[in-house]
Amino acid sequence: MPEITRDEVAHLADLARIDLSDAELDHLAPQLTVILESVASISGVAGDDVPPTSHALPLTNVFREDVNTPCLTPEQALSGAPAVEQQRFSVPRILGEEA
Amino acid sequence: MTETLVSFEDVLASYEPAMGLEVHVELNTVSKMFCGCPTEFGAEPNTQVCPTCLGLPGAMPAVNRKAVESAIRIGLALNCQIAEWCRFARKNYFYPDMPKNFQTSQYDEPICFEGYMDVEVDGETFRVEIERAHMEEDTGKSLHVGGATGRIHGADHSLVDYNRAGIPLIEIVTKPILGTGDKAPLVAKAYVAQLRDLIVALGVSDARMDQGSIRADVNLSLSPKGTGTLGTRTETKNVNSLRSVERAVRYEMSRHAAVLDSGRTILQETRHWHEDTGVTTSGREKSDAEDYRYFPEPDLVPIAPTRAWVEELRATLPENPTQKRARLQAEWGFSDLEMRDTVGAGAMLIVEETIAAGASPQAARKWWLGEMARRANEAGVEVGELGVTPVDVARVQVLVDEGKLNDKLARQVFDGLLAGEGTPDEIVAARGLGIVSDDGALSAAVDNAIAANPDVADKIREGKVAAAGALIGAVMKEMRGQADAARVRELVLEKLQ
Repeated sequence: MPEITRDEVAHLADLARIDLSDAELDHLAPQLTVILESVASISGVAGDDVPPTSHALPLTNVFREDVNTPCLTPEQALSGAPAVEQQRFSVPRILGEEA
Repeated sequence: MTETLVSFEDVLASYEPAMGLEVHVELNTVSKMFCGCPTEFGAEPNTQVCPTCLGLPGAMPAVNRKAVESAIRIGLALNCQIAEWCRFARKNYFYPDMPKNFQTSQYDEPICFEGYMDVEVDGETFRVEIERAHMEEDTGKSLHVGGATGRIHGADHSLVDYNRAGIPLIEIVTKPILGTGDKAPLVAKAYVAQLRDLIVALGVSDARMDQGSIRADVNLSLSPKGTGTLGTRTETKNVNSLRSVERAVRYEMSRHAAVLDSGRTILQETRHWHEDTGVTTSGREKSDAEDYRYFPEPDLVPIAPTRAWVEELRATLPENPTQKRARLQAEWGFSDLEMRDTVGAGAMLIVEETIAAGASPQAARKWWLGEMARRANEAGVEVGELGVTPVDVARVQVLVDEGKLNDKLARQVFDGLLAGEGTPDEIVAARGLGIVSDDGALSAAVDNAIAANPDVADKIREGKVAAAGALIGAVMKEMRGQADAARVRELVLEKLQ
């Protein structure tokens, strides 16, 4: 039976950049366990002969030719940006990690 | 902080290095991996973007057929198997260089796997096994502002340009490279150099390390000699020249040994290579693969290359590099040593192009391995990065062959080429470097030389032809090395016999 621990929820919240309080962690861990259990019931239906499905359509090799299509203008591209500088998206400084 | 280092010899006395190389190749398709935006290098920021590569809601990706073909051709050239069926996967992480909050990549189903490349170092062959080559997309470019150093640390904020986001990348990952000992840094460099040459021959990328179209990550660990257990590895990123690949391996070997010798442990982490100081510094601790929460990309259907398509692509492969080397050596008439030096200097393709542009094999080899290698060494770059092209070198040699330049003047033309003064012919004209074979000017100089050296002139009149050298030398001096020596000799003898 899958169970998700409080620590796992805290780790996932960290990866998802969601700030959860202690109370929320206490509340969410058992809830997520119930959700996982519900989903896990599917594996009881599917036998070993049923491969996991990632795509509902029986299609492969759908390609686009290597040609250019119109772009947005920089004004359009940046129109939703909270802040713009030097025709670039301005984002708060990045702490703790570097790509 | 300055790291303690152990000398290279001492590292080898106690440890055996294991390397792993990850090379990202940016493909030269005209459009991006999943959308039709252009891929040109150096465009104004955020001018080559659309809803798909900006990750706007509702935008749907579509796979670039040419990029898949390039991936398969790279895999075939690396003796890989080509998957009969594979999928893209989402690699989830929060970093502003990917506006989607995930990178579309491949996870446990790479399109190419289990290949190899034979790498030659000092006449010895090392087989580098390829674990996989998979398709993914490049990220945007961040500019960190407000900090004193221009790096993240101390920066107030970052500015992101998404022109590069979504450009197709092929990531080529080796299996651990073992048993290279003191050759490890050279094997790493030779592998990347040969891979670059292969990519050039395939025509799938601009293959410009200086522009980031080929980027190498160097994984390194040390194991105490004789134990055979792999040590903890570090991954050095941002190693963007052939010379740096060699230096980074050497540096990390020395640093690891110092840490291990002192009884401390190596932290599994990303390290940053600093080209200017030749050191690595600590980056972030490496995330576990599961932290990326990979899952199959639902917006793209699987890729199942038919065997007929794969064979069609195999037929387009260029000559195998080993065969090509043997063929060129025979065509050029190079000795084994000459060929080894040429390959070792990373100059085989350049020499080939120089010969194709009209120079003789020996002349092409002489310039690239002599004059150009010396200048590259002084500048700390590879010969191919000097900014002098094969066509330039061939043209200089043609001018030498035509008697318009001698080797000394040719070197001045190379000075001009490196200074960006134009083509060889423009530099010859602008600097007035041509050899003077005009009889009027030469005759006057010969007369001056005879007048200034009456004793020598008498000897020649008496039949001592060997004495002519002194007069030719005097004429060359007067004409600053630009006289046609053969014609001067004829004039001297005509006048005195």
